[in-house]
Amino acid sequence: MSNLLLIAIVIVLGAVGYVLGRKRALNTAGGNIRDLHSLPVYYGANTAMTAVVPAMGLLLVWLLVQPMVVNNAVSGMISDATIAEAGSRDLVMSDVRRVADGLDLAVANGAMSGAEASNLDPSTSDVRGILAAVGVALGSDVSSETLDAAQRYRGMSGTGSIWKAVVVIAASVAGLGIAYMQSHKDFRARNIVERGVLALLIFAASIAILTTLGIILSLVFSTVEFFRLYAASDFFFGLRWNPSFSGRGGGSELGILPLLWGTLYISFVALIVAVPLGLFAAIYLSEYASNRFRSIAKPLLEVLAGIPTIVYGLFALLTVGPLLVDVFGSGGLLGVDWMAGGTAVMTAGLVMGIMLIPFVSSLSDDIINAVPQSMRDGSYGLGATKSETVRQVILPAALPGIVGAILLAASRAIGETMIVVLGAGAAARLSMNPFDAMTTVTAKIVSQLTGDSDFASPEALVAFALGISLFIITLGLNVFALYIVRKYREQYD
Amino acid sequence: MTDATVTPTPAPRTKGKSLMSEDARTKKRNAAEKRFRAYGLGAITVGLLFLVSLLWAIVQNGTPAFTQTFVTLDVALLEEKLDKTGNRDIDEIKKVSTFGYNPLIAEALVTATADIETEVTDKDLKKILSASAAALLRDQVIANPDLIGETVEFRLLASSRVDGYLKGRVTREDLARDKNLDAAHLDLIDVMVEQGSVERVFNWDFILGADASESRPEAAGIGVSMLGSFFMMLVVLFLALPIGVAASIYLEEFAPQNRFTDLIEVNISNLAAVPSIVFGILGLAAFIQFAHLPQSAPIVGGLTLTLMTLPTIVISTRASLKAVPPSIRDAALGVGASKMQSVFHHVLPLAMPGILTGTIIGLAQALGETAPLLLIGMVGFIASNYPDGVASGFLDPNSAMPAQIYEWAKRADPAFYERAWGGIIILLLFLMTMNIIAILLRRKFERRW
Repeated sequence: MSNLLLIAIVIVLGAVGYVLGRKRALNTAGGNIRDLHSLPVYYGANTAMTAVVPAMGLLLVWLLVQPMVVNNAVSGMISDATIAEAGSRDLVMSDVRRVADGLDLAVANGAMSGAEASNLDPSTSDVRGILAAVGVALGSDVSSETLDAAQRYRGMSGTGSIWKAVVVIAASVAGLGIAYMQSHKDFRARNIVERGVLALLIFAASIAILTTLGIILSLVFSTVEFFRLYAASDFFFGLRWNPSFSGRGGGSELGILPLLWGTLYISFVALIVAVPLGLFAAIYLSEYASNRFRSIAKPLLEVLAGIPTIVYGLFALLTVGPLLVDVFGSGGLLGVDWMAGGTAVMTAGLVMGIMLIPFVSSLSDDIINAVPQSMRDGSYGLGATKSETVRQVILPAALPGIVGAILLAASRAIGETMIVVLGAGAAARLSMNPFDAMTTVTAKIVSQLTGDSDFASPEALVAFALGISLFIITLGLNVFALYIVRKYREQYD
Repeated sequence: MTDATVTPTPAPRTKGKSLMSEDARTKKRNAAEKRFRAYGLGAITVGLLFLVSLLWAIVQNGTPAFTQTFVTLDVALLEEKLDKTGNRDIDEIKKVSTFGYNPLIAEALVTATADIETEVTDKDLKKILSASAAALLRDQVIANPDLIGETVEFRLLASSRVDGYLKGRVTREDLARDKNLDAAHLDLIDVMVEQGSVERVFNWDFILGADASESRPEAAGIGVSMLGSFFMMLVVLFLALPIGVAASIYLEEFAPQNRFTDLIEVNISNLAAVPSIVFGILGLAAFIQFAHLPQSAPIVGGLTLTLMTLPTIVISTRASLKAVPPSIRDAALGVGASKMQSVFHHVLPLAMPGILTGTIIGLAQALGETAPLLLIGMVGFIASNYPDGVASGFLDPNSAMPAQIYEWAKRADPAFYERAWGGIIILLLFLMTMNIIAILLRRKFERRW
């Protein structure tokens, strides 16, 4: 019985429960709503809730646990010789699963009967051919051991899903029955339902924690796996990034330093562009601009923040890069030969800087506006000009906040992906020349995980180690920035 | 009275020091003031110039993608080639592959250019047409078998080089080392343009069509990946909105001040700042490797983007819940509503416009996001099939608009760049519409208490 059908049955039971519960409560009150403890809806909702929620929870747990149990039981059947031949237990198991799924599919399509599928003999019939006919491609012929395991797998899964259906429906019916019996005019249905809704709200709020946990778990497990295959000291202190392309591992040099250097260099260029422009724009908008000008210029600048990064990436690759080559490349306007190709630190940094202008300017704008007017008035009263007030009174007062804003912008720049994937190049090198192509942590995460390499090889796993480094760096910057901003805010409250 | 009539004695003049004339120091200070102001204005101007040049680059490079060059040809659909038995049996006709149609097209080209003097050999004439021309012809014949035996006028896609020539992207110099087209072809095209058999028309196939293989940029469209994005946004909307609103209601209205609440708050503010690529890694590890959901499927993209958008929605929802004055809650509680009733019957409806605005902005952000989609496999293949139904729309591999743009930007043929820019125009139009709706919603329903 498919899961969808099961869910549908449970929901129908819930709907039935709603009607029954409501009716029973009304009957006990003799049809007089005023004698009920809660509104009739709550009795219905209570019955529906008790019928659906435990059953669904059970289904979810079953779906998570059953594959584990079956996998463990089946993988015990496979001999060490088969595993040694195939390379790893996972590979054999995935073959087993494919065969089992393929047989199920063949039965569902009517290519063979259920009994035929259960009694297949690999020595007499061509299992691979049969499965290929229903669209399941196998890498090699099916050995009798694999087929036995697959049959066992099918058997256990089949029994499991029958039991699953029975248990889930029983839970639903039991819940319905209990809640139906409870529905009485003095039953405090509203309180129960509201407690249920509150639990739902709490669950929704905890998804944030689950997400963080998911991020950390998914990063940590694979990173530990990576460090088992590749020395941690070589990763953190290696000066060369040179993964082998064979996909089978071996001979790769996976040092993070060149990537980190590229990341920091590009972010530095981006901040050089974004910080002065953003800060001056914020000062002008908050101290000098008329209301009219401000109401036009500020949203226009913020359009820059709403443009997706893929657009900036394309802009870097196809417009800014060639333009920079025309100026700094060989035979360019300046007559210098600094730049060989369009993708370079400068290209990515410049475009990323443009993207960050509104980020810096709106954050600084808020901070400058938070400086109390009395401080400005005091400064003007002493005869200072506006610019002197800004430089000597407002900026020092707003400095911690502005530093916080710059740190947030830096964290954004370090985590930025599309601009560097398209604009910065693919070669990892430790160079000082801003017109060289370099690469970053994020760009390499993309290239290592989108390639053809096997997910168990160090070349793919390194992406998780890079990911966790990136996560820690940006998280650290954010926490530090928030700490500074928070400390600053306390001064005027 | 007397004091007023006394003419004041003029202030004693100190030599050369009038208040009206600036001394050197004042001049310096005022100049510094002017400079400072100019820097500020300059910074804004530079920022706006960047915006203008970005938009200019997009419009300039992207608009050609919306027109496409077609060649109008009279093709004789010979019965002996397409339907040897002559009984118009559809299965028989389907057996003729595109190879069977190529000679017909070649013949038609020779006829069409018969009265034009050209150096192009008859064999090379087909280079002005797209490689998909035969497939198009076959599809039309299969759809309407009665055409067989007649000479029918077809409008066939020109090759991307010809298209580029009409758009000014390809010049005769470029073709010197190009084996796909010769300068002689272009002379031929010039004549055919004058005759009216080659023309550029609006390209609906770009907006509605499917992606094409690397060698046929002229046939590539963004329609299928638009559907992919649409299904992803459905997932995001139906997961992120309820979960985000529920989480915000809990945090804003019910949460007690304790460690658990603090933990949630810290998590939400940190998640808002986590780089999007990290969410891609999460999606890959959790949804594809752990939960075994199909790779490249919009549902996986939607789930990943949901997790990424949640913090945005929670933050804006909390702000709009906070904006509802406490008197509303007090009044509801005062007439006997429970806490839950006061929130769901009174606070939430009043906060709804703000929540919707925040949701639309969160959706717009999710629509333009690319990096997580790269990791869950929405690139590297050709999104050439429309999903055939709602379930397949969620579960079958597809691309998404930003991923499709990235895919085109990565391809070697510059003809794809034009597609990428064109795709950006469409993407930005969507984003603009969503943001305008959000602004209008805010204007219309914003309430000051």
